[in-house]
Amino acid sequence: MSYFDKRPPVKRYEHGSRVPGWDEAVDLTKPPATVPDPALTPVPEELRAKIEAAMALYPDPKSASIPALHLAQKHHGWCSPEAITQVACVMRLTPAYLTSVASFYDMFALQPKPKNDVYVCTNISCSLLGADEFYEHMCAAVEGHDDIGVRGFECLGACEIGPMASVNGEYVGPLNLDDAKLIVEDLEAGRSVLEHKQLRNRAVADPAGRVADWTGIDPVGQEG
Amino acid sequence: MTAHLLFDRIDEPGLNTLKVYEQRGGYSALRKAFAVPQNAIVEEISASGLRGRGGAGFKMGQKASFLPKGEMAKYLVCNADESEPGTFKDRELMQKCPHMLIEGIIITTFATGIHHAFIYIRGEYELQADILEAAIAEAQAAGFIGENILGSGHSLKLVLHRGAGAYICGEETGLLDSLEGKRGNPRLKPPFPAIEGLYAGPTLVNNVETLATVPTIINMGGAEYAKIGTEGSTGTKLISVSGDVQRPGNYEIVLGTSSREIIYGLCGGPKPGREVKMWFPGGSSSPVLLAQDLDLAYDFDTLAKAGSMLGSGAIIVVDDSHSAFEVAQKLVKFYAHESCGKCVPCREGTNWTHKMLARIEAGEATPMDLDIMASVQTQIIGNCLCVLGDAMAMPVGSIVAKFRDELEAEIDAASERANTVPVAPIQDAIPVGAR
Repeated sequence: MSYFDKRPPVKRYEHGSRVPGWDEAVDLTKPPATVPDPALTPVPEELRAKIEAAMALYPDPKSASIPALHLAQKHHGWCSPEAITQVACVMRLTPAYLTSVASFYDMFALQPKPKNDVYVCTNISCSLLGADEFYEHMCAAVEGHDDIGVRGFECLGACEIGPMASVNGEYVGPLNLDDAKLIVEDLEAGRSVLEHKQLRNRAVADPAGRVADWTGIDPVGQEG
Repeated sequence: MTAHLLFDRIDEPGLNTLKVYEQRGGYSALRKAFAVPQNAIVEEISASGLRGRGGAGFKMGQKASFLPKGEMAKYLVCNADESEPGTFKDRELMQKCPHMLIEGIIITTFATGIHHAFIYIRGEYELQADILEAAIAEAQAAGFIGENILGSGHSLKLVLHRGAGAYICGEETGLLDSLEGKRGNPRLKPPFPAIEGLYAGPTLVNNVETLATVPTIINMGGAEYAKIGTEGSTGTKLISVSGDVQRPGNYEIVLGTSSREIIYGLCGGPKPGREVKMWFPGGSSSPVLLAQDLDLAYDFDTLAKAGSMLGSGAIIVVDDSHSAFEVAQKLVKFYAHESCGKCVPCREGTNWTHKMLARIEAGEATPMDLDIMASVQTQIIGNCLCVLGDAMAMPVGSIVAKFRDELEAEIDAASERANTVPVAPIQDAIPVGAR
């Protein structure tokens, strides 16, 4: 079970529709939040500077909402109401607008999440090669490690190393079932994860592109 | 037949740096382009016959010529979202030779009079985004990006924008909304982005590979480039091969190469003892082809004639150890998850197809469900703002049509497993009026 499955399920009536009040993000007894008042909203200086720098890159500063949410998530660990209010304060947007954006994208967490992210690709190419089984092993391997969150993810764009996973952004593969334990060990020890299986060191498959003798890197699991 | 224009020695150490790229003749096409009039560059690209490498295969020269001429707020957006399942060619290109893309962007913006360009890269590609960011900074320091580049009078601002995980942002108008800081919902077309795109300004949206090919075309000459490949599909194409093959990965092929040569020759085919059962020629959104179609030439027109498409050039091979049902279920789950929910046929169609497949698995389906499923697919196609729904309907429709016997057998087997009677006995049904 991943931490996503552990969340309390939405309460439903017997016939299937949701019991009112299932959506915790909205408290209808309060007036809707407006653009936060800078005088009343403390924003960490470093975060503010980074968001403002991102806003300066675009003709319309609103374009920076995704980069700003990335920054806030990095700073706070997840897109907490506090984090969203701070971004809203700097960008002069409503928290509701930013929540609507954050809830659209898979990489933003609107619930507290563990520090380490393990995205296991369970899309078509990887699942043909056994990704679903690996995902179950990975979920089992992190039992008791509350700082690692495992998530089945859609195609991560590295099908040649399937089954693969993105561990805190580092692509590793092809994975076998024993690697699940090694990933947990590496994360707990604070090491670089599965170094011999990292995509960054892998040679291109096309022989004309490969310069194996210059790099001295043995392509992982590759023939020819 | 092989020819290597983009992937030639791409593994050379340090190719991601400006120094090595320039040693290999990088940015020479840019100097060459600055020496000729702007419309001559667009003509050169048109003469090359280069078709968009992102999926639709629209001619790049033609797209660029749709942009209004003259000074105005125009934008170039490079689509590096690459989230079509099975596609990973742009990732390799951006990671190993980012300056090729940057040079292509500078030339294209010069040719079309654009001064503001964006690269929209998917959020999961952190390593590639870092490399691109460093490369952009290097190019800026060397004077290739900025005001009055190399004394040509052309100025350019290039921004790398990271997404946050949404398949729909690979669709050009969804990408534009996302780049404006909104949810990535597609827009109604027309107006097309070339007329009204980012910030309502004329916008040219091109794939990474398309833009990265531009320096090669300028160096070779459009007519020379058009000699490679077939008449309707010129040049070389980066293809990503994955699934049940022995040597998966990225290859550069000449368009028109036989598909068998790619799957068996380059990639070694399925494991010994296994046969190709079906293959997706252009990402998971393309209608599936069978083993008997392996001799088709791999180019835009031949695959379209065979009822499928070249798409993003991602070949996914499925061998005979997998059931068609399993493949359909994986596909549908993905599209149901990624549908943005704006258009009803896609939002409901993907979700109900998912539920109908779950019904089969639970042993509660009848062969009639396959007919309903097939009709849902035909009702999605062409009825939404973007092609995400179509992208599920086409492969799933083709699987239902081509593997109907197997799916019917799966329905029977599942209901036997669940020990359920698929149709309620007549005597149990309550007569109308007796309720």
